Amino acid sequence: MSTATTEHHDHHDDHGPAYGWKRWLFTTNHKDIGTLYLLFSLVMFFIGGGMALIIRAELWQPGLQIVDPLFFNSMTTMHALVMIFGVVMPAFVGLANWMIPMMIGGPDMALPRLNNWSFWIMPFAFLLLLSTLFMEGGGPAGGWTLYAPLSLQGGDSFAFVIFSIHFMGISSVMGSINIVATIFNMRAPGMTLMKMPLFVWTWLITAYLLIAVIPVLAGAVTMLLTDRYFGTSFFSAAGGGDPVMYQHIFWFFGHPEVYILILPAFGIMSSIIPTFARKPLFGYASMVYATASIAFLSFIVWAHHMFTVGMPLAGEMFFMFATMMISVPTGVKVFNWMATMWRGSMTFETPMLFAIGFLVMFTIGGLSGLMLAITPADIQYHDTYFVVAHFHYVLVPGAIYSIMAATYYWIPKWTGNMYDEKLGKIHFWISTIFLNVLFFPMHFVGLAGMPRRIPDYSLQFADWNMVASIGAFGFGFSQLIFAYVVIKCMKGGEKATDEVWEGADGLEWTVASPAPYHTFETPPTIK
Amino acid sequence: MRSTFCAVVSRLCWLTVLLPGSKAFADINMPVGVTPISKEVYGLHMLIFWICCVIGAAVFAVMFYSIFKHRKSKGHKPADFHESTTVEILWTAVPLVILVSMAIPAAKTLIAMEDTSNADLTIKVTGYQWKWHYEYLDSGVNFFSSLAAEHNEARQVDSGIDVSTIDNYLKEVDNPLVVPVGKKIRFLHTAADVIHSWWVPDLAVKKDAIPGFINENWALIEEPGIYRGKCTELCGRDHGFMPVVVKAVPEDEYLAWVAEQSGAGEEAETVADGDAAEEDTDREWAMDELLARGEKVYTANCVACHQAGGQGVPGAFPAITGSPVAIGDVDKHIEVVYEGVAGSAMASFAAQLSDADMAAVLTYQRNALGNSVGDTIQPSAIKALR
Ligand code: HEM
Ligand SMILES: [Cu+2]
Ligand SMILES: [Cu+2]
Repeated sequence: MSTATTEHHDHHDDHGPAYGWKRWLFTTNHKDIGTLYLLFSLVMFFIGGGMALIIRAELWQPGLQIVDPLFFNSMTTMHALVMIFGVVMPAFVGLANWMIPMMIGGPDMALPRLNNWSFWIMPFAFLLLLSTLFMEGGGPAGGWTLYAPLSLQGGDSFAFVIFSIHFMGISSVMGSINIVATIFNMRAPGMTLMKMPLFVWTWLITAYLLIAVIPVLAGAVTMLLTDRYFGTSFFSAAGGGDPVMYQHIFWFFGHPEVYILILPAFGIMSSIIPTFARKPLFGYASMVYATASIAFLSFIVWAHHMFTVGMPLAGEMFFMFATMMISVPTGVKVFNWMATMWRGSMTFETPMLFAIGFLVMFTIGGLSGLMLAITPADIQYHDTYFVVAHFHYVLVPGAIYSIMAATYYWIPKWTGNMYDEKLGKIHFWISTIFLNVLFFPMHFVGLAGMPRRIPDYSLQFADWNMVASIGAFGFGFSQLIFAYVVIKCMKGGEKATDEVWEGADGLEWTVASPAPYHTFETPPTIK
Repeated sequence: MRSTFCAVVSRLCWLTVLLPGSKAFADINMPVGVTPISKEVYGLHMLIFWICCVIGAAVFAVMFYSIFKHRKSKGHKPADFHESTTVEILWTAVPLVILVSMAIPAAKTLIAMEDTSNADLTIKVTGYQWKWHYEYLDSGVNFFSSLAAEHNEARQVDSGIDVSTIDNYLKEVDNPLVVPVGKKIRFLHTAADVIHSWWVPDLAVKKDAIPGFINENWALIEEPGIYRGKCTELCGRDHGFMPVVVKAVPEDEYLAWVAEQSGAGEEAETVADGDAAEEDTDREWAMDELLARGEKVYTANCVACHQAGGQGVPGAFPAITGSPVAIGDVDKHIEVVYEGVAGSAMASFAAQLSDADMAAVLTYQRNALGNSVGDTIQPSAIKALR
């Protein structure tokens, strides 16, 4: 596959990027495409964040002050869709684009044109999705899970939502195929599977998850579309269909999806923690096996999102036990990271701060996940703010922190400049404080009985909701620091060395900073 | 690092010190509840909560010890170990054992929860957008239960009412569900339009109400009292505004209540209105009378979608003002309200509204909200349809 040549007679080999907008539109370079994905994700982060702030502003105090309940519902729906499909997933794909070829010593992604296409579908998908907010009848307001029959009510923007989900899905599947093809074909000689960095491993497994479940989502939403417009009744009891079947299909996609949102984060942690502990990753092989078991288990736990739909007892038992099992490999990962830190020689630059923040707060989210797995208790927790607290603990200080950690960690390699360390640390501390002010009280109101997805609430929830809203605005605005640090670092700054971090290990640190437009056209030698 | 650590520790201490169940804790913990099941669930919740706290404390203790001791700034030199099959096996096996110890009591409670046999009475709960309908299958008593009028007024976007002055804001209904204490009550859950979920935390009862399906659940309430809950499955615009209120009373009081309700008779299906039963659907009603009544019915049943001014929500819910249905052929107008519109949010109101209410609201839609067709629809015309 590799086209590396020693005599550079091929013109293609040494030319740099084209200039102007054409460079970005037509690029097939993995680094350019990685940058596009990451910037796209950053923009969407602020759009999704703005929606969250509308939600928190309405929930500032009891009573309806700002928005109509229907618009509120479309904010919760859109916020989730944007954050999941527009922020976390593209950011991970962007990181994969930048790092996987460099980590495995390959010259580029295996399918560069497909790569260009899978990125450029995204902005259109999201334009389509966001435009529904301005259509007659407003955007989708039935929750990101699009449960039938509720999602079938409302305006014709529905069709646009379904098509935008199809576009996102096509983009993800193409991206995943590309990643799998790259990992299997582009590795430098000697880079055996069990030598690959964990980020590559976790992405390989994530890519398989995506290829397996995105078509399931596509099927589910297509059935919604035909139910709505073509007279089928897959999910309408009146026509002999079954609304619960939608939920089974959706969560068969949905639960693996939540692991799609976290496995690459595990890979990032496994790169960053050893670097700053100056000690090799503990239990490499067990990390790989743990990731694989999580991926496997994630296919057989979906109905833990549906403990109140009225499943047979045996079904509830099975899904309870299977879900509890998932915490075992998840625990193994956490323990391995702790053992990596143990008796290391740690320093606490911004990437490490975010990694430790991840470890602590992801563990909190994992433990509340374990509580949710206990079916009788979940019947009380389900669809309350307790669940909202759980998934925000795993997604914000989990997935989002991992992306920020990765950005701080690799941006010197991307731009050739060091980021502003002081601002980075400030960003971490302010974010972490506000984040806990924002999400921790949600456990309380959830347990005390506040349902999720409501625009107005009873008086006993007022205090903690106000606290959470303060946290939300604090957290939201402190992300401007992140945007500033990133932009500043792209523009200039102290020059980074090739190794960047004292304890760094891996092929990406053997190339110059900034990484040349083409790397590893001649495969490196792997020890 | 120190401050995250302190924050976490102080939070945990705080949770520990304030004993669960105490008044101070009531606002931030699950209620113990008033049924044998709810008490078991609460026990289970606290058990896993403490197990998680212990695991968390152990993990964070080791992690932060390492963070403080094994840092470069203290001159710590990195060790070189990077694998150990023994510890890997250990930290796979120990959590498994902990899990089994949680799974056993959880399974027991779950089995008890699902046992709906030998119930003393059965109540069918049907979710509507956005109210509940209760039907006592043993006595035939049935009625709708929706957010109390005062609350409904206060919660509108520009109501100008300070909601903190309203007792039990959003937790009050017009007609609560009345049940006896000390009896095993079986609930059947279903829905008429979209999926809802009927939740009363004090009973540890939460079950989805799914159109076309019937779910079962049960509760045995041990203490008389008023227990409040909510709909917990997103069901559209007014999902946040369909509370549940259960009034548990001693059995004799319950029986008296049932007798009174059954006596009140066949008209129990009307929108709550004390003298609804006495109405004469056969007599000729005057326009004013119909309009006055129609306005109330419209506010209670139609505004959520068609809006207070009848303007609707473009694209989602059609306007009444100037609507071809509301100013057009009477029969078509009646049909839409009586039968609903298949495949849309417009439900059939045949079961929800009495003859007089339906006639009134139809007349109101034709002659208010900017419309002025000039005709009246009489309750007798609706009665003829049934
Ligand atoms: C120890 C591992 C975990 C366990 C045992 C677990 C368990 C659960 C359970 C039982 C629920 C359903 C709660 C309910 O609706 O009643 C849930 C919801 C959820 N979890 Fe987890 N979880 C774990 C980790 C994660 C991770 C790693 C993520 C994502 C990064 C995640 C994301 C979510 C999301 C997004 C929801 C809510 C979905 C929705 O209803 O909108 N969880 N989890
Ligand atoms: Cu799940
Ligand atoms: Cu609801």
